[in-house]
Amino acid sequence: MPPPELLLQQAFNGLMLGVMYALVAVGFTLFFGVLDVIHFSHGDIFMLGAFAGLSVLTGLHAAGIGGAVVALTLAFVASILITGFIGVAAERVCVKPLARASPLMTLLATLSLGLVIRESVLIFYPRGADPKPFPQLLPQGGFEVAGVAVRYENLVILAIGFGAMVAVDLVISRTRMGAAIRAVAQDPEAAQMMGVNLDRTVDATFFIGSGLAAVAGILSGLYYSEIHFIMGITGGVIGFSAAAIGGLGNVYGAIVGGLLFGVLQTTAAALIPRGSEFRDVVAFAVVMLFLILKPSGILGEKSVERV
Amino acid sequence: MPPRASASRESSSREATGRLSRRDLLRGGTVLGMGLALAPALPAFAQKKTVKLAFIGPLTGGTASNGLGGRNSFLLAVQERNADPKSKYHYETEVLDDECKPTVAVQAALKASSDPQIVAGVTHYCSVTAIATVDTYHKAGMPAMVWGAVLPEITYSHDYVEISRVNGTMINQNSVAADFAVKTLGFKTFALIHDTTDYGRAHAKWFTEFVEKAGGKILSTQGTAKDQKDYAAELTRAKADKPEVVWYGGLTPDGVRVKVQMDKLGIRAQFQGTSGIKSDTFNETAGPSAEGTLAFVEGAPTEKLPGGKKFLEAYAKAGFKEPSEAYGPFAYVAANLVIDAIEAVGPDRAKVAARLKRTKNANTIIGPVEFDDHGQNTVALISKYVSQDGKWVLWEDSEYAAGKRTLPGLKFKKL
Repeated sequence: MPPPELLLQQAFNGLMLGVMYALVAVGFTLFFGVLDVIHFSHGDIFMLGAFAGLSVLTGLHAAGIGGAVVALTLAFVASILITGFIGVAAERVCVKPLARASPLMTLLATLSLGLVIRESVLIFYPRGADPKPFPQLLPQGGFEVAGVAVRYENLVILAIGFGAMVAVDLVISRTRMGAAIRAVAQDPEAAQMMGVNLDRTVDATFFIGSGLAAVAGILSGLYYSEIHFIMGITGGVIGFSAAAIGGLGNVYGAIVGGLLFGVLQTTAAALIPRGSEFRDVVAFAVVMLFLILKPSGILGEKSVERV
Repeated sequence: MPPRASASRESSSREATGRLSRRDLLRGGTVLGMGLALAPALPAFAQKKTVKLAFIGPLTGGTASNGLGGRNSFLLAVQERNADPKSKYHYETEVLDDECKPTVAVQAALKASSDPQIVAGVTHYCSVTAIATVDTYHKAGMPAMVWGAVLPEITYSHDYVEISRVNGTMINQNSVAADFAVKTLGFKTFALIHDTTDYGRAHAKWFTEFVEKAGGKILSTQGTAKDQKDYAAELTRAKADKPEVVWYGGLTPDGVRVKVQMDKLGIRAQFQGTSGIKSDTFNETAGPSAEGTLAFVEGAPTEKLPGGKKFLEAYAKAGFKEPSEAYGPFAYVAANLVIDAIEAVGPDRAKVAARLKRTKNANTIIGPVEFDDHGQNTVALISKYVSQDGKWVLWEDSEYAAGKRTLPGLKFKKL
């Protein structure tokens, strides 16, 4: 058994990983909650958010605009707007026209869109095949608590990640649009009869979910100091799995699922002999167990149809 | 028959008169004019039969930069040969993406080998794809010359005449790498992380064997998924053992992540990688973290190869978007060797395969190439590189070797 400080360090590593998973998972859960669709290009929207952020930061640096705080704020805002609108466009192109078709068609359409986004970055981004260095804009250095190495940038990443989740929670629970989203999630027809504009609500949902993916993308770039056009593949699958563990359709469930998935991966690598080879096997085996034993997830509201 | 009768009548009348009619002059003039107009083109069509060559490598995915560099180098060789008036054939190319994935590679190999027009291929950068496709080429009888993959089994696990390899294997590479780390630099303890592909596993196996033989100790070995993003768990585990060297057996994108995250976790150890991380992309992406990283590659730096300067000039002139990367010259040489064989024995798969297998003392830009009985180039030279100021510098030419700088691992050792 590893010493306690090592376990704590691994748990902290898992927490860092989990925050990014949770942000992607919230998007999946919002889309499923409102439209009952699994938007499989969401992982690539996450990747696109990271590249949009990097492009903005590179542009600002070239223009000599702003310090780290200003540049990062502008990068977050621009990236959220870009991916938010692309998310809305994705919904209008791949989801809405297929509303009456089999759910498999939506699945296929969103999967294909993900491929288009990924390959477009590969082809059109300068030397898109290579991993891209992401600027280190957060404070470097750190300190140690009870044998756990904590970096200042990790604390900022955690703060931004949890801040974004709290902001989404406030939007959903305290605003008119949030009430509309909840109403549509519960019963779209009844919501429409009560005067909720379905199209606008769905647009808002896709904007919020995709914007969160952009936040996750930039945080991933800041944490790993590197982004790559294929990062959305695993990011998407894990984000969806995290949402499924937490309960598709439940925002808090997605957050819990994301954090749990991150901790599961790191503890599997840390505690099991040759665990690093099986970290994904362990994490996805837990997802399968949840889907079999508790298909509605930890905090699930909507039950997943058994195929 | 009337027409013949008419022709015979015309001819007998000409014989009778002994004069050329206006129609005869017109006909003759037309034929002469057409002959003059087509004269330059006809010999080319008549002599230069078109021969098709395949290139297969990772053009998308995590190792695409190496694949694109290899593809460009292959295309450069073909362009040069097509521009050479002495070449007997006109070469066309079929470029296929294996995505560095065995399943995709087998499909690409099947596509190339089932096309009867394709005589031979310059195939695969990734070991996982090269080993997966060996049987496919053998069954189809298509000569395939590997240009980048280093797994020994690709050439040594069979005696197929179709398979040959222009670059060296990881056995030589790890022997040099282990001796250098243990005997020259004096490192004794190693934490190994490798990707779980055939490439990563085999590197770890050979490196472990040579490190132990040299007197070093392997503290831990951890396998990780290819294209894994987060290495914090593995590195935290390795850190607990306080190794003097963290060694990574895998390719560039993952190597960058391991090194950058190693620094973020404050691991005080030397970072050493395999040929898989020796790319310009590693230095560009890892930035300052790359400084002092060690890597080992078959052959010599492109600019120091016997024909390296000429190759780099031609490559720049061709205007390719992507750099040739470390294995570009090998793809270029493989293409040239294949073309040479076709020029010598004709576009016949069996004859080309047999000819390639017998390659002895071929004069190439990477120096003389000589294949052993398994079609393996017996490249003796392994170059040691260190990342210095964002560039890979040959160890012997570096400020680290000159004593002006100290490797990070040696600095930590003194602390």
